[in-house]
Amino acid sequence: MSVLGAAIHRRLHHRLGAPSTLFYIGAGLCLFWIVVAIAAPWIAPYDPIAQDLRATLEPPNARHLLGTDNFGRDILSRIIWGTRLDLQMGVFGVLFPFLIGTTIGVVSGYVGGFVDVLLMRLLDVTISFPFFVLIIAIVAVLGPGLMSFYIALALVGWVSYARLVRSRVIVLKHADFVLAARSLGFSGPRIAFRHILPNAIMPAIVFSVSDAVLDIVLGSSLSYLGLGIQPPTPEWGLMIAEGQTFIATAWWMTTFPGLAIMLLATGFSLLADGFAEKLGLRE
Amino acid sequence: MHRFKFVLYRPVQLIPVLIGISIVTFGLVHTIPGDPARLLLGAKATPDAIAAIHAKYGLDQPIPIQYLRFMENLLQGEFGMSIIYRAPVLSVALDRIAPTLFLLIYAVILAVLLAVLLGSLAAAKRGRPTDQAIRLFSTIGLGLPAFWLGIVLIMLFSIRFGWFPVSGYGDDFLDRLHHLFLPAFTVALATAPILTRNLRASLIAESQADYVSAARAKGLPRHVIFFHHIFRNSLIPTINLLGVNVGWLIGGTVVVEAVFSVPGLGSLLVSSIFARDYLVVQAVTLVLALGVIATNFAVDIVTVALDPRIEP
Amino acid sequence: MALLEVADLSVEFATPAGALRAVDRVSFDLAEGEVLGIVGESGSGKTVACRSILHLLPGARARIAGGRAMFERRDLLTLPERELRHLRGSRLAMIFQNPSTHLDPLMTVGRQVAEPLIYHRGLSAREARRAAIELLARVGIPDPGHNVDAHPHRFSGGMRQRAMIAAAIACEPRLLIADEPTTALDVTVQAQILRLLLDLRDRTGLSIILITHDLGIVAATCDHVAVMYAGRIMEQASKAELLRRPLHPYTRGLIRSRPTAAARGRELPSIEGQLPPLADPPPGCRFHPRCAHAEPRCETGMPLPEPATPTHATACIRWREVMAQA
Repeated sequence: MSVLGAAIHRRLHHRLGAPSTLFYIGAGLCLFWIVVAIAAPWIAPYDPIAQDLRATLEPPNARHLLGTDNFGRDILSRIIWGTRLDLQMGVFGVLFPFLIGTTIGVVSGYVGGFVDVLLMRLLDVTISFPFFVLIIAIVAVLGPGLMSFYIALALVGWVSYARLVRSRVIVLKHADFVLAARSLGFSGPRIAFRHILPNAIMPAIVFSVSDAVLDIVLGSSLSYLGLGIQPPTPEWGLMIAEGQTFIATAWWMTTFPGLAIMLLATGFSLLADGFAEKLGLRE
Repeated sequence: MHRFKFVLYRPVQLIPVLIGISIVTFGLVHTIPGDPARLLLGAKATPDAIAAIHAKYGLDQPIPIQYLRFMENLLQGEFGMSIIYRAPVLSVALDRIAPTLFLLIYAVILAVLLAVLLGSLAAAKRGRPTDQAIRLFSTIGLGLPAFWLGIVLIMLFSIRFGWFPVSGYGDDFLDRLHHLFLPAFTVALATAPILTRNLRASLIAESQADYVSAARAKGLPRHVIFFHHIFRNSLIPTINLLGVNVGWLIGGTVVVEAVFSVPGLGSLLVSSIFARDYLVVQAVTLVLALGVIATNFAVDIVTVALDPRIEP
Repeated sequence: MALLEVADLSVEFATPAGALRAVDRVSFDLAEGEVLGIVGESGSGKTVACRSILHLLPGARARIAGGRAMFERRDLLTLPERELRHLRGSRLAMIFQNPSTHLDPLMTVGRQVAEPLIYHRGLSAREARRAAIELLARVGIPDPGHNVDAHPHRFSGGMRQRAMIAAAIACEPRLLIADEPTTALDVTVQAQILRLLLDLRDRTGLSIILITHDLGIVAATCDHVAVMYAGRIMEQASKAELLRRPLHPYTRGLIRSRPTAAARGRELPSIEGQLPPLADPPPGCRFHPRCAHAEPRCETGMPLPEPATPTHATACIRWREVMAQA
């Protein structure tokens, strides 16, 4: 992993010239949410699950900046605590598909032959299902919750990474430096993972940033449908679901958590855009 | 016409994938923790009743045999009975296809209209504020949760302005267009960003193509150069992208159907999950996967029809 | 009375480093039915000069910095785009180096040939298709009734260039600009295409500007020749005179570096060095850094072609000495 890390670091430095303003705005947004998630216990003005039945459905005011919900819970505090879950869904949601997908991509591309055919058939089958429908179905079988969501993502989300890495590996397999490594007598796995992978992984890393956006949206959608985080835990999608009953009277219950999702997702999107643009992977 | 011969042999090539899909949907229900018979009959079922169910559905057989039975039933259109609707699963699912299909087609049309409008505008005003604004819209749009978007649209256009109903499906065609406008628009807004970006990029790339110089050298009017040459060439990658994203689009409709209570496959899926009506979950998943395959097939046919260079 | 009179044409490109002059005070005349060859290496400005006459340069970056291009008593350089559009494809036409990329892959060849007739002459699609079949036959496309509905990828390179020519001559233009029309084609096809162009000239009195880097093509087809180097015209004369008695050291270098049967087996002479960067051209004569005859006064002034004889102009201020040495 250290070899990999060094290679990525080198490439970023080498190829990232001056990133665009939007890239910095994205990085700033992501940093902001990370700080909010870490500092939640200190910056949240109220206990996110403490009910105050004398202060229900209060619109935004001086005491409750973003208003309260139907149990009198402070929306701002719930959003602040919710950051931990939604950010985590983005990061961990990407982690397992990334690890599984890159491994399958390297093996499939490097070994080729029957293994490749088999893995690619598996890929064809997986992408034939509507992504979100398969996630929902797997979560339904495993039971609602964050763990089911991660397992479902790991089972379904690897395909994009496998495809990206495999196509690069197939090209790199015949590169001069790989032939050189082979003539030095290095083992197959060593060549595949220490020589080829560091050169094939960049598109997958860039994709993982935009994939995080997808996972945040998916995770909150699951919670909205009641298949993700369960009440009373503060999670943005769940908060929106709870607020839907009151849209006619308490717009703040749904509006602010949605804006939070949007701002977190936009941060990751801009970051991904900046990377892709600098690495010439888009347009 | 020999370019379209693949329409005949492609279904045969799809057989391995179809078998894979059937294994996954079969596996889905069989990985459920606990005894399916107990799920079916409830906690107070007698051992005799459970044994009867086991025998009836072949649950006492080895898994491969069970799978073969499942396939045999499947090929006869037999998906089992829904425990909630007390009706054959297939007919329950088929009843719900129409609203979903209506919503999907409606959404695709709106999404394409949006993408064509915004993509062309961005390409024409390349690098200028309009382009930047559209780019920002598509970046933000990628991270907009469809369910929230739907709720915001309800707050604005149903509650505040009263232009559209909050939920429902409508009675006749025009009524449906009216009822499903907000759901379709929600899905379209969630889909348009990717299409817009892609279309903008290909419009810019194509407008620099040599054949555009040649068209200009012929003195053709600008609108002819744009619509007859640049636009037609740009549309093919966008249509392909739409095909690739149809799974994503269907995922969007599942959530949006729940938001707007549209009586389609999506809301059936969600309600069946909560009712533990797993055979319905299985059937809906299978039907939607087949929908994806059929769409991709259709996109391939359209691509071959549009692009004379492709010899599949 | 010349059909086209280009005087002092200059074209600049905007670059981050400032304006770059790709064409510098280029002048030439073209008579009815004449074939003018513009010769030069790639980057010499020959294509930019001709494209600028039709306003076919990338608008945002390129700018016509000065000059006139009188065609049928109108200055093409100052003509509004709308009026110029009516001339393009009807009075003035252009064909390009790579016919494969200059045909729209999604449109039938026939339709692309018919387009000028539809939009300039107002023909209906059906009439234009019939005319396209005739045009395809005239440029030597076999089985035009069938090929009119074929898409470009079905055509060979030569057939594609023939189709481009058919579209170009559809409205019977007076002037055809042919930008390296045979460079991308096989040698045997090259000759056919050139013969087709001359044939059209003979039958219709069409004037042709032939942009090329190949003196062999000039020798075979042109009446007059202009030699361009680094954005300027170096020498201009009738073909016979220029090939027999070149007055500019650059032209002499070009002619010498042509492989000929007589010089077989000997090392091919070439011009030392390379084209100067247009962003930072050398002072004085732009060729002097590579010129064997250069002396200090070549580094000052901006020599433009001046008549050495009534029919022969050269930009070399030392042409008499050069001639004497030869």
